[in-house]
Amino acid sequence: MPAADLVVSVVVAGLLTGLVYGLMALGLSVIFGVMRVVNFAHGELMTLAMYATVFACSAFSLDPFVVLVPVALGFFGLGYVLQATVINRFITKPEHVQFLLLLALATILVNAQLMAFGPDARGVQTDYQLDAIELGPLLIDTVRLYAAAAAIVASGLVIAFFRFTLVGKAIRGCADNHLGAKVIGLPVERLYALTFGLGASCVAVAGTLLVLIVEVTPGAGPAYTLLGFVIVIVGGLGSIAGALVGGVLIGMSEGVAGLFVSPSAKSMVSFALLILVLLLRPAGLLGKTA
Amino acid sequence: MSNTLRISRRTFSHLVAAASGTALLGRPKFARAAGKLKVGVLLPKSGVQALIGQSCDRGAVLAPDVIKQLLGVDIEILSADTESNAETARSRAERLIDEGANVLVGAFDSGHSAAIAQVAEQRGVPFIINIAAAPQITEQGYKYVFRNFPPAPELTKNGLAMIGEVFTAAKVAPKTAVFMYVNDTFGQAMSKGITALMPSLKLPFNVVETISYDVAAKDLLVEVSKAKAAKADFLLLVCRLNDAVILRREMVKQRWAPMGVISPGSPGLYEEQFTKSLGKHANYAISNTVWYNPKNQVTQTVIAAFKKKYPKDEFAFHGANVAFTFDALMIAADAFKRAGSAEPKALVEAIRKTDIAATARVSLGGPIRFNAKGQVEGITSASIQNLDGKPTIVLPSTLAQGKLVFPAPEYKA
Amino acid sequence: MNKQVIAAIGVSAIVALSLPAIVSHYALSIAIATLYLAFVGQAWNVMMGFAGQLSLGHALYVGLGAYVSGALFTHLGIAPWLGLWAGVAVAVSCGALIGWLAFRFRVTGVYFAVLTIASAEFTRIGFDHLEWTGGPAGLFLKVAQRDSIDILNLRGPPAMYYYALLLLALATLGLCTWLLKSRVGYYWLAIREDEPAAEALGIPTLRFKMLAVVVSAALTAVAGVFMAFYKNSLFPEQVFDMGRSIEIVLAPIIGGLGTLLGPIVGAIVLTLLGEGTSAALQLAGLELPGMKQVIYGVLLLVTVSFLPNGIWPPISRMLVGPKVRA
Repeated sequence: MPAADLVVSVVVAGLLTGLVYGLMALGLSVIFGVMRVVNFAHGELMTLAMYATVFACSAFSLDPFVVLVPVALGFFGLGYVLQATVINRFITKPEHVQFLLLLALATILVNAQLMAFGPDARGVQTDYQLDAIELGPLLIDTVRLYAAAAAIVASGLVIAFFRFTLVGKAIRGCADNHLGAKVIGLPVERLYALTFGLGASCVAVAGTLLVLIVEVTPGAGPAYTLLGFVIVIVGGLGSIAGALVGGVLIGMSEGVAGLFVSPSAKSMVSFALLILVLLLRPAGLLGKTA
Repeated sequence: MSNTLRISRRTFSHLVAAASGTALLGRPKFARAAGKLKVGVLLPKSGVQALIGQSCDRGAVLAPDVIKQLLGVDIEILSADTESNAETARSRAERLIDEGANVLVGAFDSGHSAAIAQVAEQRGVPFIINIAAAPQITEQGYKYVFRNFPPAPELTKNGLAMIGEVFTAAKVAPKTAVFMYVNDTFGQAMSKGITALMPSLKLPFNVVETISYDVAAKDLLVEVSKAKAAKADFLLLVCRLNDAVILRREMVKQRWAPMGVISPGSPGLYEEQFTKSLGKHANYAISNTVWYNPKNQVTQTVIAAFKKKYPKDEFAFHGANVAFTFDALMIAADAFKRAGSAEPKALVEAIRKTDIAATARVSLGGPIRFNAKGQVEGITSASIQNLDGKPTIVLPSTLAQGKLVFPAPEYKA
Repeated sequence: MNKQVIAAIGVSAIVALSLPAIVSHYALSIAIATLYLAFVGQAWNVMMGFAGQLSLGHALYVGLGAYVSGALFTHLGIAPWLGLWAGVAVAVSCGALIGWLAFRFRVTGVYFAVLTIASAEFTRIGFDHLEWTGGPAGLFLKVAQRDSIDILNLRGPPAMYYYALLLLALATLGLCTWLLKSRVGYYWLAIREDEPAAEALGIPTLRFKMLAVVVSAALTAVAGVFMAFYKNSLFPEQVFDMGRSIEIVLAPIIGGLGTLLGPIVGAIVLTLLGEGTSAALQLAGLELPGMKQVIYGVLLLVTVSFLPNGIWPPISRMLVGPKVRA
């Protein structure tokens, strides 16, 4: 039976990391919730952002938290353009066609990254990377704490955007009633592009934060895409709070499972959770039942 | 019904002709025995194993010139990328043989090597394995497959046994160990090996906790927390590169400083990326693994060629990969020289009679002789410790390039 | 069918039957890979193309068929023709379980797809811990010398595998044609096009969706058995890998979902595309690792953008006229 302080530190770490994963899943949820586009290239976008961060940090000797804003803006633009030029035509197409399009995109991204950056794992080097904060018997990883805080701030901004700004409300209108939105004259195409840009910038910020904790390799994308989907389905597709809750839940449960059961089988727990949610409450924990 | 576009007979026959491209109808070309040996080298240069594949490839690239210098033999390298995929490995092997390869060398991965072995056996072309640890490959009764690399059980045994030597040399006797292993082929082999071999090897320590983790794990906080809580004297670790980096970082964050981190033979700790990512924290990690023999003349020649070709790379990081790849090519060239022809049967016979002295090989071990199964025996391990940012041989003392540091400086009893 | 189509079929048949004798060994190994894709693509097509259920975890059934028959052969010496049935039984049970859980609880569309991915991943990790099948170290089948043909144990030269797979691919084509033209096929079409309407008409949708899943799983498991005996070594992280599942779905989607010849056409096109790109890059001296896959992805993108229904439907319209849906 593991000691109490061990359990607590694992749960806390799971919570912190889970918040960053939640931010990643948020982007996915927003894109799917509004446009019903299944973004199978989500993880690949994140690894691209991670690479961007690594190079920006080393080229300009900046801290990832400083690089965060330009990367977020850059990826907003990238997402906007991607949606407006390529993806828009596929919104009304059946799911398997969307999937294939985004899969093609993902393949291009993964291998272009391999060609451009080589197979080595890359990471950022900061002074505080290996620090930990002591809280009694607990050691909390400094980097995880900062990353989680940034993730909360970013998510808060997104929530505020959707709730309080006119554009945000317009996008929600599109999501709820596509035809109605068009009828009242909302520029639906532009709003969709904006949404994809927003989703992309969420995942980019998550990537910038994550590269402080793990290193990036060209092939890391697909695992993150799958993780994103698991989180979003557990939390509820289309629900922002759901993505965060899902992320935290998966983060903590994997940690606890690793502690009590075998660590090498801990992903099985998230999948089991996913299967349970799909069967018992397919809309997800915080999703709206359709 | 008849309003369709009709394909005229001419267009149709043109289509058929175009479709039967010559590449597909190629006939295998056998190299004329005009003094040149064509060697097909299969390595993963893209995909998940790209890093190690490209490292091995350096050995293949500098081989022709060095071999010409040493043996007076001309070899031509036909290179193929297995793309970290067994099916691709198989079809590339077929293609290399079609293009005239007299002998195949490769492929770093056991699954790929097994696939290539089948092709080699079927086509009657010798295949010399540079690096692959699965024991079954040389248990199939193949006549054309040869391996100059220890199978996993032997690697395990050598690696474990050396731990005792490390403690003797350091004059320290740790009592307890926590064993962490990545759940892959090697990790599981090691885990079985430890339970089986511990009593017979009379190792002085006990394993108090065993923790396995997933290959693709991005986060090892739980595992390291558990390991730290076991309060063992040192960490016995079987890992791969990426997880080794994550794990070591986690150890620093959790302020866990055991006597040392020792690997009984897995990759990871001695690799370049480990040192690059961790800086000074990479130091003092020990790997008991197969390595190159720095005292041999041929090794010095290879190192010189390496430095010229890859001035920005540190040889020590690529040493093991280059050594075994080069040796496989050297075996092929040596057999070619003795056989006097590139004809497959003659070549295979010559390979079977290979007898290269322990002082004439780049990789560390006894003489290169193949047993009845096509396996070289007596490939020993060395103890490699990261010192000053470089993997350095600390044991056996005859080959030591640096002094063993154990326990690690930050350890407090 | 007009004379040219018959001539085309005749020529293809002659080429297909004499392939091992006329092409290089390399081309033969490519042909075997193509046939495998065609076979497994047709199997997947039953579930998606006919019944409209998107499965992205089909490697699960391949793996189960492969591992069960492989393990029975290695540990108990059971011949593949018998082990096949065990493999199929296990795969069908899993498929039935997934299907029943999904359909009973109304899991559809992308949720169903994610469920299938999760099931495959779950099984992969499970097999990593399973001793009887070798764990992550893999299952190695004892390889006999390839000089003789032992059809009972599926040991022989590549040509033997080629003909076996050719037979399987054609038999599956026959089976799919028969199914599609029967009442089952029409029910499936109805379910795919508009499930609520089909239900309203009184079609027992649960039963027929389950049938599609079961048939698909069974056929895929057979493919797995062949792959096991062809490759002779199985590793969980390679066999159940998500990349494998994706490989399976590419051919039918590119070729033409829901059509009979689509998966076969798709398999041929994809293989030629892949190998052609490699060869072209080699000739041009541009062999950068990853370049081939990038070009592959771009070609995929282009195909999906301009031929979203697949390659086969426009070609078939060109050849036999718009009325016949082949």
